[in-house]
Amino acid sequence: MNPARRRRLIIIVALVLGGGVAAALALRAFQENLLYFYSPSQVVAGEAPRNRAFRVGGLVENGSVQRDPQTLAVSFTLTDTLQSVRVQYQGVLPDLFREGQGIVANGRIGDGGVFVAGEVLAKHDENYMPPEVAKALAAAGKPIPRSAFKQAQ
Amino acid sequence: MNSLREFLHMGGYWLYVWGAYGLTAVVLLWNAVAPMLRERSLLQDVAARAAAGRIQ
Amino acid sequence: MLERLYKYAAPHQFFALSRALTPWFGGAAAALLAVGLAGALWFAPPDYQQGESVRIIYVHVPAAWMSLFVYVVLAAAGITGLVWNVKVADALARASAPLGASFTLLALATGSLWGKPMWGTWWVWDARLTSELILLFLYLGYIALQGAIEDTRMAARAGAVLAAIGLVNIPIIHYSVEWWSTLHQGPTITRFDAPAIHASMLVPLLIMALGFKAFYAATALVRMRCELLESECNSAWVTELGSGGK
Repeated sequence: MNPARRRRLIIIVALVLGGGVAAALALRAFQENLLYFYSPSQVVAGEAPRNRAFRVGGLVENGSVQRDPQTLAVSFTLTDTLQSVRVQYQGVLPDLFREGQGIVANGRIGDGGVFVAGEVLAKHDENYMPPEVAKALAAAGKPIPRSAFKQAQ
Repeated sequence: MNSLREFLHMGGYWLYVWGAYGLTAVVLLWNAVAPMLRERSLLQDVAARAAAGRIQ
Repeated sequence: MLERLYKYAAPHQFFALSRALTPWFGGAAAALLAVGLAGALWFAPPDYQQGESVRIIYVHVPAAWMSLFVYVVLAAAGITGLVWNVKVADALARASAPLGASFTLLALATGSLWGKPMWGTWWVWDARLTSELILLFLYLGYIALQGAIEDTRMAARAGAVLAAIGLVNIPIIHYSVEWWSTLHQGPTITRFDAPAIHASMLVPLLIMALGFKAFYAATALVRMRCELLESECNSAWVTELGSGGK
């Protein structure tokens, strides 16, 4: 390889590596801000911000959903299977909202430790299958894989 | 014809599903046609310049 | 082998090869997309959770994969052109930019159309969506740079440097859903254990993905010929082409 080419190759490799190191450092510094939501365990442990709005993500606990028949008010419990947070919300829920579903709620901790949400979003997991297969799995007593919050720290 | 209506209705998500496919079709078609037209006009230019070169 | 490669790196040789290859890739793209579309819209079942809206996956995921793939091709071609002075590689980088930008735009837009009914929102600033948006800006930046610098060689070099620096964004997009908590779900196909998608949905998805790849190959070849015709307009082979010498 002639010297001019080698020099250009070294420069470009240095640029790619330099970009990588810079990005890694920046991402480490902003790690906290890159988390889209906190887990109920983090909220219970007091790691979530107290004086500003934040998001909490977890699974809607089975049998925890209470709806007010007069208004759109709904309350439910979000869990990461270790800890749980009670959420209050008034408004339209996404189509995917149901018990056992992954949900991300945006709001703040109100009086009595209840999370008052201004927005509720559904987080679906990476499993896709026809309804018949899901039914067959349920009939066979096999759990339908749910990993939406498997990696929630 | 009931199944066709069901098909077009997409379980109530017709706007989102057909919107996504329609947009994809438009973007892909543009990407297929635009370069072919550009190549044709470039080749015409090259031919015209070659012809002009011969006359001089 | 290398001699062969060198032969086709010469613009006029590549031009002839590209003309022979384009119909094959174009035909493959048309056939794969037609079969994939029938599978995606008709034969694939609805999802047990998401119903019919899951059909958006068959255009969203191939577009998103292509947005990353084309960027890697663009950067690799740009670096090859910068280091080894290969004109065909520069043409490949320039030809890839508008296609990559189109795929990125499609991934973002179809994702938005999927997010509204399922998540309940068109857009969130989570790590996956934000890094994909940055990818769109990288493509647009590359295109703007090519437009701003008149000299083709200089534009190709500046573009290669930008593309090389932006390369760091590719693993960030891919791993964003694992490194941070995001609203976007994790990987379905590229995870280490078996794909978490039923075969009746996986098959049309892979056919569509292949169709997108073939489409990219066919249209990139046409765009590369346009780039070469413009940058080589004063060379002997282009003049010969114009005077009817095929």
